[in-house]
Amino acid sequence: MSLRSPLGRVLGLGAAKEGPAHWWSQRVSALGLVILGPWFAWSLTRLPSIDYLQVTAWIAAPVNTIGLLLLLPTMAYHARLGVQVVIEDYVNTGWLKVSGLVLVTFVFYAAAVAGMFAVLRISFGVTP
Amino acid sequence: MAQFRLPANSRISRGKTHAAPEGAKNVRRFAVYRYSPEDGENPRLDTYEIDLDSCGPMVLDALIKIKNEVDPTLTFRRSCREGICGSCAMNIDGVNTLACTQAIEDVKGAVKIYPLPHMPVIKDLVPDLTNFYAQYASIKPWLQSKTPPPADRERLQSREDQAKINEPSACILCACCSTSCPSYWWNSDRYLGPAVLLAAHRWLVDSRDEATGERLDMLEDPFRLYRCHTIMNCTRTCPKGLNPAKAIGEIKQMMAERRH
Repeated sequence: MSLRSPLGRVLGLGAAKEGPAHWWSQRVSALGLVILGPWFAWSLTRLPSIDYLQVTAWIAAPVNTIGLLLLLPTMAYHARLGVQVVIEDYVNTGWLKVSGLVLVTFVFYAAAVAGMFAVLRISFGVTP
Repeated sequence: MAQFRLPANSRISRGKTHAAPEGAKNVRRFAVYRYSPEDGENPRLDTYEIDLDSCGPMVLDALIKIKNEVDPTLTFRRSCREGICGSCAMNIDGVNTLACTQAIEDVKGAVKIYPLPHMPVIKDLVPDLTNFYAQYASIKPWLQSKTPPPADRERLQSREDQAKINEPSACILCACCSTSCPSYWWNSDRYLGPAVLLAAHRWLVDSRDEATGERLDMLEDPFRLYRCHTIMNCTRTCPKGLNPAKAIGEIKQMMAERRH
């Protein structure tokens, strides 16, 4: 129990002076995905088949490699921003919230790097 | 973690039924949330059968009739009975609204009445709005200006500037919108909620106010402002037909505008 005034509780630690950057990044990355997402889906439907050789050949084409290298980090970044909001909304326990935020940062950055590495490997023709 | 089920001591049980008087022809059932902090029991849903032939047309009329004639222990706030004071805000038929402007005939079946959602309940239909009012106070809802007013008259405003504050000034702070907002349910300790942000917007767009920058500084926070995810329950439920969601969107635009 605390006898702190209701206004004191509301004012709390003050404004974080943060938020507009997150809000703006979410919208800009969404705009990027609106362009790149349909391009990716449309390109795959244009392939005669989606077997291994067809798809790797498509990835290796310079324009497609560049497109994928833009799509993957944008997707991971946008997803990270979104999951961050979900965690902030629903997780109130301090340590769980902080560790959740750190974990999603690691997961999405790792996913982006792994994806980009795979695209580059195919594009530069490194065969296993 | 956010709780998705009511705590064990808040779960609602079936309560008493008060039958309609003999000879009543036009009977309507009212299921009303009851809770008393004094008896140590869980909340319950009492049913009152009311003869609408001897009752006014609004839900508040029925509640007053119940209190006067059937069960004087029923507790609720009310004052103006014409939608201007905001006291009788409650959840009727699943929607937050004012009992005094909600017609009984517009509700199908039994009229279910609960207090405003996700607020601490003081008794029956009376929620504890302490935090809500403190949040309102936190945005300094008064004119802040460094320029002294003219010596011989009031501060002037153009008609266009006045038009900008007409709508948000009509807010009666009934809390219907804030308590309908899931974001406010989960984070009402830090998110200011639609009603308070609508009030903040009212001062941000007031042409006579000179504290716009300080006001935006105070709102520039991931929780105070940016917990709004444009769910728009606020606009849907507002009994005065106002649009808090649009006001919040405009505050976000102002935030972006001063950065770029």
